Amino acid sequence: MTKYIIRRLLLVPVLLIGTTILTFAILQFLTPTERSALYMADVPRNENAWNSAIRKYCLDCPITEQYWRWLVGVRDPVSGEYETGLLRGHLGYSRSGHQYVSEMIARRFPATLELALWSILPIVGGGIWLGVKSAVNHNNLIDQVVRVISIIGWSFPTFVFGLLVLMYFYANLEWFPPGRLSLWANQIVGDPELFVKYTKLVTVDSLLNLRFDIFWDAIRHLILPIVTLSYLSWALLLRVTRSSMLETLHQDYVTTARAKGLREKDVINRHARPNALLPVLTLAGFTVVGLLNGVVITETIFNYPGIGKAAAAAALSFDVITVLGLALFSGFILVFANLVVDIAYVFVDPRVILD
Amino acid sequence: MATETSVVKLPGTIDSLLERPVPRLEKMLGPDGYKLVRALVTNPLSIAGLVILGLFVLVAIFAPMIAPPPFPEVPYTIPRDGYSNDPRPPMSEWNRFQPPPAFWLEPLTGSEEWVHVLGTASGQWDIFYGLVWGTRTAFRVGIVITASVVTIGILVGSVSAYYGGKVDMILMRITDVFLTMPFLMAALVLSSILAPRFGKTIVAPMIALIVFGWMGYARLIRSDVLSVKQRDYVMAARVIGVSNRRILLRHILPNAIFPTMVVASMDVGSYVITFAALSFLGIGAEIGFADWGQLLSFARDWITALDVYWYIVLYPGMTLVLFVLAWNLIGDAVRDVFDPRLRGGNS
Repeated sequence: MTKYIIRRLLLVPVLLIGTTILTFAILQFLTPTERSALYMADVPRNENAWNSAIRKYCLDCPITEQYWRWLVGVRDPVSGEYETGLLRGHLGYSRSGHQYVSEMIARRFPATLELALWSILPIVGGGIWLGVKSAVNHNNLIDQVVRVISIIGWSFPTFVFGLLVLMYFYANLEWFPPGRLSLWANQIVGDPELFVKYTKLVTVDSLLNLRFDIFWDAIRHLILPIVTLSYLSWALLLRVTRSSMLETLHQDYVTTARAKGLREKDVINRHARPNALLPVLTLAGFTVVGLLNGVVITETIFNYPGIGKAAAAAALSFDVITVLGLALFSGFILVFANLVVDIAYVFVDPRVILD
Repeated sequence: MATETSVVKLPGTIDSLLERPVPRLEKMLGPDGYKLVRALVTNPLSIAGLVILGLFVLVAIFAPMIAPPPFPEVPYTIPRDGYSNDPRPPMSEWNRFQPPPAFWLEPLTGSEEWVHVLGTASGQWDIFYGLVWGTRTAFRVGIVITASVVTIGILVGSVSAYYGGKVDMILMRITDVFLTMPFLMAALVLSSILAPRFGKTIVAPMIALIVFGWMGYARLIRSDVLSVKQRDYVMAARVIGVSNRRILLRHILPNAIFPTMVVASMDVGSYVITFAALSFLGIGAEIGFADWGQLLSFARDWITALDVYWYIVLYPGMTLVLFVLAWNLIGDAVRDVFDPRLRGGNS
């Protein structure tokens, strides 16, 4: 097991370096003017200043040298200190968002994280619960209903589902508004005297500040995106749970459990379900990790100010540096999240090491 | 059957297996293909899928008759009835740039005059016209993207598996790296680079989806080539000195390619969705190009008024859902045949 984990850990730097190389390769499609946004806010109008900028940031150097500079940063000739550099968390300047990409991430990632964290339970819990229910009631009415839910959910593009949900629950019923907070709540949250941001997750902070009205407001804004993300993730999750559970229910040891007179509830909960969930776990892990993908569309539709919406908006104005910075950041998170999923899985099901 | 043979054969023996009557169709399609076709035409759900898909094909083929273009030189540009921002409801009258009359118009509405059958989106683009011609866009996009990603995937996967060793390691790590970027964000990056260079056409998002879409197929074909590689006839070919390229192309690939092709053909629907998602975000063809995702993107300006302008979401949305549903219904039946784990039932 240790050997497997070490090998898996060694893959991480390979993937990280590979991702930066891929990113840098993509950057080569850009003109030096566009690429200069990696280092500075504005393109100098003065030709001399521009030329010295090219020299300083090595924009016309050989690619390998450019890559190195991009990675470790550039030493300022006057102060002798390093500035910029990916390793220092510098991802470039967002010319469409008028701020550094790293600032943008710092400001917007908590919102995305909050949405993702709140979605995990409904996605995984709901998917597994429906799948098990469906398998236990194999070919009954419940099973048929769940299968219809699954196949419809599977066929709905995120944005169509999101728009329909908004159409009904916001435009018609006015229950759940888009955005992250209402105007009044936003004013309170933005005021450091009234509201202390401990974690930057509004739902948690509002509880810590004992502002239950803001908590409720945040939840109201989260419900539609969570419903959208979970409903669409259920389709696959519940199918795999269902078939795995069906397979397990026909195993001999389940028959044995029944034969020795256990209650059906115990047979399902204690004997069948834990084993049936093994293949589901990896999928659940990847589904949660895959949320980073789903948020681009979901956040855009629900006008939710996370990094997904920022990426979509930047792409609209062809601000490659910003989108690339956000993609690189999400890529890094994915590398580590996948690592956690893979290693966690070894502890649940040691058989994978045999691969 | 049994009466025709004079010698008594026991069921379950080699003899009875050899004498199984093989239908002509099975001889033509091979055992896997035959199993697939039989599953498709016997399962009611997949029949429904095939019917819906068939309707879409018909709409795509007969688009010029169903919705004759007012400007035949640019059929993919949705005709625009004015410039007002507010969408207009279904069946409202068509004032400017009416298309030539269509065959179904008079029997159905009683006049030769065109109306906006499904209403107009903001900017007065006709939704019906966009949906009809968008069907062609959908098929084109889906088929081109799928064909390209499969080709790249087969190339990378089969080379990786056949040569093994260092080649395999390097190619698979490259595949892993491409997989680390979240797919949609990576596609956004590429299309925002390509769009200013290719102009606002459907080419940029298509390339983006292709560049970040081949990895799954590479892995799939790799595992199939790895198993076929071990077979005796490959060894035999190598012994008699057949070149590597020929072994790979003539002996291994034809026997390893089937699962990949099946998976790929079922993925056409999901590529259409992803492409539509990119155009929904505004990174696609220029405004007014007949494309379902773009029709839906008009709805983003009217989020607060969707209860009034429901038709700008409902019609394009349902068209897209129906299209994908058709592929998924077929795909479901196919998976039942090939992937026991994802089987709908436990049979």
